[in-house]
Amino acid sequence: MKPLMFLKLTVLSMALVCMIACNSKSNSTTGNETNNSQTDLTEVSSSNKGQAFMEGGSDEVNALKLAINSPDHTTLVKAVQAAGVENALVNVGPLTVFAPTNEAFDKLDKATLEDLLKPENKSKLANILVHHVAPSNYPVKTLEKNIEKKRKLYMADGQYLEVTKKGEDLYVGGTKIIASVSVSNGWVHIINDVLLP
Amino acid sequence: MKTIQKLLLGLSAGLLLIGCGNNSNQSKNSSGAMASSNAERVYVAPGEHDEYYAFMSGGYSGNVTVYGLPSGRMLKEIPVFSQFATNGYGYSEETKAMLNTSFGFVPWGDAHHPDISQTNGELDGRWIFINENNTPRIARISLETFETDEIIEIPNSAGNHASSFVTENTEYIVAGTRFAVPNPQKDMPIDEMKGEFKGPLSFISIDQDTGHMNLEFQLNMPGFNYDLAHPGRNKSHGWFFFTSYNTEEAHSMQEVNASQNDKDFIAAVNWKKLVEYVKNGGGKKVAGTYAHNIYDESTQTATTEMKKGVISVDPREVEGAVYYMPVPKSPHGCDVDPSGEYIIGNGKLSTQLSVYSFTKIQNAIKNKDFDGDAYGIPILKFESVLEGVVDSGGLGPLHTEFDGKGNGYTTFFISSEVVKWKLGTWEVLDRQPSFYSVGHLMIPGGNSRNPFGKYMVSLNKITKDRYLPTGPELEHSAQLYDISGDKMELLSDFPTHGEPHYAAGIPAEILKPKSKKYYELEENNHKYAAKSEDATRVERNGSEVHVYATTVRSHFAPDNIEGIKVGDKVYFHITNLEQDFDVPHGFSIIGANTSEILIMPGQTKTIVWEPKREGVWPFYCTDFCSALHQEMQGYVRVSAKNSNTKLRWSLDDEWRE
Repeated sequence: MKPLMFLKLTVLSMALVCMIACNSKSNSTTGNETNNSQTDLTEVSSSNKGQAFMEGGSDEVNALKLAINSPDHTTLVKAVQAAGVENALVNVGPLTVFAPTNEAFDKLDKATLEDLLKPENKSKLANILVHHVAPSNYPVKTLEKNIEKKRKLYMADGQYLEVTKKGEDLYVGGTKIIASVSVSNGWVHIINDVLLP
Repeated sequence: MKTIQKLLLGLSAGLLLIGCGNNSNQSKNSSGAMASSNAERVYVAPGEHDEYYAFMSGGYSGNVTVYGLPSGRMLKEIPVFSQFATNGYGYSEETKAMLNTSFGFVPWGDAHHPDISQTNGELDGRWIFINENNTPRIARISLETFETDEIIEIPNSAGNHASSFVTENTEYIVAGTRFAVPNPQKDMPIDEMKGEFKGPLSFISIDQDTGHMNLEFQLNMPGFNYDLAHPGRNKSHGWFFFTSYNTEEAHSMQEVNASQNDKDFIAAVNWKKLVEYVKNGGGKKVAGTYAHNIYDESTQTATTEMKKGVISVDPREVEGAVYYMPVPKSPHGCDVDPSGEYIIGNGKLSTQLSVYSFTKIQNAIKNKDFDGDAYGIPILKFESVLEGVVDSGGLGPLHTEFDGKGNGYTTFFISSEVVKWKLGTWEVLDRQPSFYSVGHLMIPGGNSRNPFGKYMVSLNKITKDRYLPTGPELEHSAQLYDISGDKMELLSDFPTHGEPHYAAGIPAEILKPKSKKYYELEENNHKYAAKSEDATRVERNGSEVHVYATTVRSHFAPDNIEGIKVGDKVYFHITNLEQDFDVPHGFSIIGANTSEILIMPGQTKTIVWEPKREGVWPFYCTDFCSALHQEMQGYVRVSAKNSNTKLRWSLDDEWRE
């Protein structure tokens, strides 16, 4: 409960910071895409930064914005940007994102993490990140249903994760869900470990 | 000679290259430098927005289409007078009432003249009104939701053509009668129409807060054909001008018989005087039944009120309120310049435009400068009110719009062109062909005090060879002209949907910020809304079954229903729980005798299903809503009429009953 409230407060207080961050970030995003020729941008709109940065389109923020707004997820955001998978987190979904905290990333070997953030390891990093995304709507209730019905969680990288319960706590892939937030394109569950595929 | 020509060619090519600047490489494959620069002027880069909205009437489609200018891209079709399977308008239980009339449910209409609401004579972007010609009606469309919010029927009228034009502060809109009819309607010989038929002009007041329309009174004019109208602007605010034809009162073969008189009339109507007269108890209540349909955004449901009786005003009984002005041969358009001083009568069988002066009209009235009367209505002397004549040499003038820079632009149907002329001197400044046989034209705000004189769109009746042939039926063509310079420049050509009679344009920046993105679930007061999955249920009342269901990416709740029986009338009330822009869900079920419904985020919509056969029947989401759209489906088990299958429903195997 406490982390959830904190997160919601953060969403409010960081909104302004986010807007500034979004604007400066979008240029580098476009740059990345062009360099990797993922998209052939013969014409780029100067005024329209795309659906990720639309204001007032929803009563909730999308999964990416939630992460950007959270001071506990700066490493995750950095990784998402380095991997160039922003679009996967802002689309219509539905998505369920298991979002590791900074603390979770700190548990990784520092050299490994730095290595992953290098441009040449972009696809490797992207693969780790999409391992944290389930292409469906999984509120807590549905996750609990998964245990009951012995359903596995299908992740966007093609692998499966198991949901378990210890006492009142839910675990995914062996790591505890410490908070859950509804977002405009699905659910974000905060976790304390990075899920390595 | 040859050398000089080559030299000139070379020189101009060089100039063109310089002119093109950075784009010279891109234009290599196009037909020339001019073509390339026109392309740039209508090009809206991916992700960029157009500068103007253009609302085009859909004519016999019954709807309004929304285009972006200058790109000519169609952005939306707004259903108004016709059932629209694309979103279930006129099919869903909530919207069926919008198409009720005193003649019963009418699934179609002939939409004509859209006009945007104004404040102080300038476009304010609150609403857009449009008339229906066949079953006389006026609709009001919200420019926040782009949905039809209200339709009022006009009784005692036929061929509601001279409408739906708004006064300077949207105090009133008018609805003129194009086909003179007995008023009140009665069984009588057709060839006794002369003097017996009437042409009532309806005045509908607008509630400034809600936009609701109220049929305040009808001016019971002589039985001519009232064709088009425009309100006075600025100095002529308080007046309305209506063109009429068939002053011959012919009842057959009008194409000949209605063209016998050299002159027909423009009716000049002081509506402020009429309003005052009615407020003081003037006029008498006559018969007239009409439907008034209002869509309530809170309950998301339309209701019909059948109203009876209307105040009828005899024009001869209100002194100084109604006059006729002679106008050459069968006029069509009637337009008023931004200053309100000039009223333009476009005599469609004449080659000239007649320009009347509001000042002269007032003087002629004061001096009783009359030339007899028609059925007791004074006729102002033509020479006394005529200010000038635009003699362009064009044939078949129809409509005029203004650029706010002292110029008028008139369409000529027969000679298929748009002519630009100067207000005050009446001299012709430019003419450009249209492709082909132009009807209306539109300059954003071009009939207001403050036109946005950058673009002009011609709305043509004939298409022929303009596009790839698509069988005998072609969409009508429109052309976009740049009118910012001295001469009109044809920029592009694009097809329009249905038959755009008139159109109305407005700068995007006025509408864009207030365009609705989704409906607040909390403000959903629909009687059958289920605002959470916990609230979903199925209720039986005799053979009537109500399903309170929800949608969210990517499932229905419930998605399994049992205990429905053959012969039941099942109402699926679907609430879209999404609170996110552009995430509608659809619903349809096999065997439904109606269209799908498209439910906007936060909305509830209903369709009826009457299962005729036993079995297990699937339903699904009709709008590709999300990655798991194909999974968004469910089943209804239908049992025999006398079966005792229990009524129960579930999501993810959690059965409830």
